[in-house]
Amino acid sequence: MYITLILLGIIMATVIGWILRQTLNVQPWVSEAADDAVSGASLDADTKTVGLTTFLAVATSIFALFISAYTLRMDEPDWRPLTEPNLLWFNTALLVLASIAYHWTRNAAIGGMTEKLKPGLAISGLLTIMFLGGQWIAWQELMAGGYYVSYNPANAFFYLLTAVHGIHLLGGLWVWARSTIRVWTGAEADSVRLSIELCTIYWHFLLLVWIALFGMLLST
Amino acid sequence: MAYVSIADRDHEIEHHDPQTFITKYIWSQDHKVIAIQYGITAIFVGLIALGLSVMMRMQLGFPDAVALINPENYYQFITMHGMIMVIYLLTALFLGGFGNYLIPLMLGSRDMVFPYMNMLSFWVYLLSVIILLASFFVPGGATGAGWTLYPPQAISPGTPGIDLGILLMLGSLAVFIVAFTMGGLNYVTTVLQARCRGMTLMRMPLSIWGIFMATILGLLAFPALLVSAIMMILDKTVATSFFMPAAIAAGESTGHTGGSPVLFQHLFWFFGHPEVYIVALPAFGIVSDLLATHARKNIFGYRMMVWAIIAIGGLSFIVWAHHMYVSGMNPYFGFFFATTTLIIAVPTALKVYNWVLTLWQGNIHLRVPMLFAIGFVFTFTHGGLTGLFLGNVTIDLPLSDTYFVVAHFHMVMGVSPVLVVFGAIYHWFPKMTGRMYNETLGKWHFWLTFLGTYSIYLPMHYLGFLGVPRRYFAMGNTEFMPESANTLNAAISVSAFFVAVVQLIFLYNLIVSLRKGEKADSNPWGATTLEWQTPDTPPKHGNWGHDLPEVHRWAYDYSVPGQELDFVAQTVPASEAPVGRDHGVTHE
Repeated sequence: MYITLILLGIIMATVIGWILRQTLNVQPWVSEAADDAVSGASLDADTKTVGLTTFLAVATSIFALFISAYTLRMDEPDWRPLTEPNLLWFNTALLVLASIAYHWTRNAAIGGMTEKLKPGLAISGLLTIMFLGGQWIAWQELMAGGYYVSYNPANAFFYLLTAVHGIHLLGGLWVWARSTIRVWTGAEADSVRLSIELCTIYWHFLLLVWIALFGMLLST
Repeated sequence: MAYVSIADRDHEIEHHDPQTFITKYIWSQDHKVIAIQYGITAIFVGLIALGLSVMMRMQLGFPDAVALINPENYYQFITMHGMIMVIYLLTALFLGGFGNYLIPLMLGSRDMVFPYMNMLSFWVYLLSVIILLASFFVPGGATGAGWTLYPPQAISPGTPGIDLGILLMLGSLAVFIVAFTMGGLNYVTTVLQARCRGMTLMRMPLSIWGIFMATILGLLAFPALLVSAIMMILDKTVATSFFMPAAIAAGESTGHTGGSPVLFQHLFWFFGHPEVYIVALPAFGIVSDLLATHARKNIFGYRMMVWAIIAIGGLSFIVWAHHMYVSGMNPYFGFFFATTTLIIAVPTALKVYNWVLTLWQGNIHLRVPMLFAIGFVFTFTHGGLTGLFLGNVTIDLPLSDTYFVVAHFHMVMGVSPVLVVFGAIYHWFPKMTGRMYNETLGKWHFWLTFLGTYSIYLPMHYLGFLGVPRRYFAMGNTEFMPESANTLNAAISVSAFFVAVVQLIFLYNLIVSLRKGEKADSNPWGATTLEWQTPDTPPKHGNWGHDLPEVHRWAYDYSVPGQELDFVAQTVPASEAPVGRDHGVTHE
């Protein structure tokens, strides 16, 4: 549980540290003109950005718990390490490129360059779909090699972790599809900017998660 | 986004004004309607769980008096009673119900920041409830694994409902977590980003602080339940061995190898302990507001109360293994978790002191919500004190499998939050419905419930000391149990039936008052917080009419010297009612 505790510790420390800074040296029983002028938002960010950031904390918790479960289960004597298919390296490269492409699209959207959005979104989406396809092929390879899910906990964890990561990406692709349709039906950069920016954050997050998961799978 | 609820973007509010009956009451995006939908659903399943506990008490007090109750469905009743009460009633009611109702109203927003997702949250919650209840009717029945669902027995032959029952239970939990996450993102973001002008964090009522911190805990802790549910579903359906050890059932190998049941316990309690505070923190917050309002006095140590909520939230993640002292874990772990458990008692005790000190020299009005709030201080203190016993490894070991534990967690996590639920419903009923309830019936409801629950759970501690084991369908002729223990069990059961029946007074009062109650004033208690300052009672869609409120002070300006009224609403500017350093609000 150490990994979970460390990651949740960081999240809780950030939250609590921030709250404490808002609450120390405040005397709420005194009616202060300075307080009366405070507007409703605590953070200088769009509401949806705050929502997404909160969701990323939840997702971090999910993946951290899976990783903790993996490390705890690994210590049992029936664990037989799995040799990951080399295809995963190729898939990782695809996901890195998808992240880069999304970032490029985001820059275009911020810069108001509507004409770059179509190729940007198309390439990001395509690379992501290729990544998911690659993961699927990796599954097929393993199953063809006789590494079934129930044969060993290492196999089971491999399928489980890749599936959970893939499902998160699919959720991202749903938002991607919505902004892509809007761009194709003639939306301006400004109207899809936020959606693309948030997707970029999400893609980077899932890339980080994948690198952590892949690193863990490789090293054990 | 349908609209933003921040003062400066007022022009966008008309966007999702409901037009038809369906958008107004069924597919509603209005936080108040969603809150009531959550509340009614939660109370409905809560009544089912209450019925289940009556059946269990029937068997325990009068063994085999009802032929219908056999060991299998006794275990199904235990499981469903626990799960429903903890998750589908209390979590849903405090956060989905009161969270939804109070956050926008107390913070001066027009609605939650993501109203569509908020609506979805309720419907997904309802789906999870339907899946859960469906498990009673599938072949094999509901799961009887106990509310903790420990493997291997949860999915091994011999336990009721190991086929569809357990899968529906795990599936329902997963769906519930999705619903909670959608709601939780809303609550956190609304508290952070959609308060009205002047509502600084430290001017928020403590109810909101409790709900806010509980939501953060829920968002971070529920994933542990999700992860363990997914892994157990896989163990059951595709024969993985995450949790299932190698075992032989009915002469055949189950196909599992070397899984770790203790891993499940770690994951489950990593969720399970924060869950206690997910339920307790909103109750703490609401009680603070009820006490201050009905004692006409500012809450004692507001900042301490806020920091205590934060401290409890942080500490609640590092006490989980005190539920696992008997799992055979390393004794040093036990020592560590006993220490953290005792440490978390410090901020909790601090809150109890502050509640008592709030009452000290207050102008106490013993109205129904106040009775329930004071009742909570009693039951919570008692439940908390037995927690200090059980938090110590050496005392926990002999008591762990006895009724002492049952009595402890029912006092601290059953009776206490439920008293707050009642108090809160009585307190906000006039605002929610625009009508008053019958005060006399409310007082009868309180006294009978309060004394009744004590007569259930105080003797139960004694049964625990005698060593009467929990979870047993029938005690049989056990040597160490004197005959008086059986008599006591019967008496406890009679009290339990009595308390269950008394709840009909509550339902009757609510339903009749809804139609025939006296019309309520917009602020019958003379409360300072924003929800009592709405232009309409009950508040209309958008809550605030044309202009959003502005806040100029904290929520606890009661009995301010030199003021005509004994409360100053949060919207009153400093110039009209100066309060602060030089004016001495604390001078009585």
